[in-house]
Amino acid sequence: MSTRNVTEDRPAEASRRDILHIATGTAAAVAAGGMVWPLVSQMNPDASTLALASTEVDLSAIPVGQIVTVKWRGKPVFIRHRTPEEIKAAENVPLAELPDPEPDSKRVQKPEWLVVIGVCTHLGCIPTGKSGEYDGWFCPCHGSTYDVSGRIRSGPAPSNLEVPKYAFVSDTKIKIG
Amino acid sequence: MSGHSQYTPKSGFARWLERRLPLISFMHDSFVAYPTPKNLNYMWTFGAILSFMLVAQIVTGVVLAMHYTPETTLAFDSVEHIMRDVNWGWALRYAHANGASMFFLAVYLHMFRGLYYGSYKEPREVLWILGVLIFMVMMATGFLGYVLPWGQMSFWAATVITNLFSAIPVVGASITTWLLGGYSVDNPTLNRFFALHYLLPFIIVAIVALHVWALHVTGQNNPTGVEVKEVEKDTVPFTPYATLKDGVAIGAFLVLYTWMTFFVPNYLGHPDNYIEANPLVTPPHIVPEWYFLPFYAILRAIPNKLLGVIALFLSILILAALPWLDGSKVKSGSYRPLFRKFYWIFVAVCVGLGYLGAQPAEGVYLWFARLFAFYYFLHFVIILPLIAKYEKPEPLPESIDAAVATKGASHA
Repeated sequence: MSTRNVTEDRPAEASRRDILHIATGTAAAVAAGGMVWPLVSQMNPDASTLALASTEVDLSAIPVGQIVTVKWRGKPVFIRHRTPEEIKAAENVPLAELPDPEPDSKRVQKPEWLVVIGVCTHLGCIPTGKSGEYDGWFCPCHGSTYDVSGRIRSGPAPSNLEVPKYAFVSDTKIKIG
Repeated sequence: MSGHSQYTPKSGFARWLERRLPLISFMHDSFVAYPTPKNLNYMWTFGAILSFMLVAQIVTGVVLAMHYTPETTLAFDSVEHIMRDVNWGWALRYAHANGASMFFLAVYLHMFRGLYYGSYKEPREVLWILGVLIFMVMMATGFLGYVLPWGQMSFWAATVITNLFSAIPVVGASITTWLLGGYSVDNPTLNRFFALHYLLPFIIVAIVALHVWALHVTGQNNPTGVEVKEVEKDTVPFTPYATLKDGVAIGAFLVLYTWMTFFVPNYLGHPDNYIEANPLVTPPHIVPEWYFLPFYAILRAIPNKLLGVIALFLSILILAALPWLDGSKVKSGSYRPLFRKFYWIFVAVCVGLGYLGAQPAEGVYLWFARLFAFYYFLHFVIILPLIAKYEKPEPLPESIDAAVATKGASHA
């Protein structure tokens, strides 16, 4: 028998049936994926929710020294028009004193405007403004104390108040998110 | 299908599970090894198609329910929210709406198969009656679902159908008020229709389980109507034969379904349902969805309110009596030449009633609707029993195996 005999079945060669099976299986997998994806995707935020993902805030009505709370994506956002003393105090804190070290300059775009999400990083309560040892914020739930840069100073909260993504669309208006 | 399983557990885990809950052997016996007549044609694939569509409707329905609001001032807008804002919402809504139509298309083909091949005859009477029950719950589910978008057709269909109950003497008005939760179709009605629309499909699942169980007890009918005599000669294992045939059929069905959903999604719908419900304005032509049209025609054909309602319900319930109306011992229409002629006339009458259901109930349309409605009942009550008595059926094949072996002679 010749060593080049090719008439017997060679397991290495794909038969027409194998090719058909693979093609059908692939088509079925693609179809199944196509059917499943919308079912999963529909639970992601829809267009109306995404439309509320940004909020514009007019800063011109906020006098120096005042904190204003706005709602953004269902959460409170503190906007603090800081006094020069508060700015100085925030900038001069040695980083070694901070449980979550972060320079004030990294937390603001214009030093007189602090924009932070008003949710305590411990367990989610809303801290009270202009209270606590540093006159920043004090969380009544478990005693976390934040400074005028929204940084954690003492208490159980692990990190500083979150700074959301925001931009100045003009000198007196910001767009959050 | 009796006796114990030929399945042997292949792994340690399988053995462990088998001893505690023989789920794997149950699945194997029911859907892998299950002996299936080897001469089944594509009319036997609609069971699998229907199962697929039931799952499809439940899945798309649950997902839609995450975004829909069943309150009269919010419902219509929530559906538009789904169409415009929800990711893939338009696809899910169209899939669910057209899925309902496809579901009914499949069920009608499934039922007409049963009618032609005598699948309702002994010993499959209970199987058939469970099927009639499923059909009725399907119709209720479809009706309730159509009300939810709270368009003009939704509202007025709800008004017409709930008013049917006021035809009942003495207690009719109270029953109607009870159903509505008020004095007209309004928020209480919409809210409870949503709850019931979510519930009934799971009732359907339960009855389908009984339906498949009943089927597996008697075994399937087949195009010759001759029962399985020898399992090795007349049947093949369900997997791979029936499984793959059902797969092909589902694939073809999906071609039609997806074409409708993506290219002509509003073809079967009524444009008036894109107008928000207005209790003070009745649309000029109230029509139900196409799958209710024959029954709607029968309802309107009878000039008396109560008798019309009775005729409507009877036209569905009479199906349950079929095993006892058609006494012919020969099951399959393939061997019943007289029955065949009247079967196709019946099909034409049903299609005719469907057409007439969409026309105004006046003039020549009404005349034909009355004729066809009368004929519909005549077919069941007079024609079928008479055919059974006087027909001379053609000689049956010896067995399924014999029918398949003689090529071309099996008619099926």
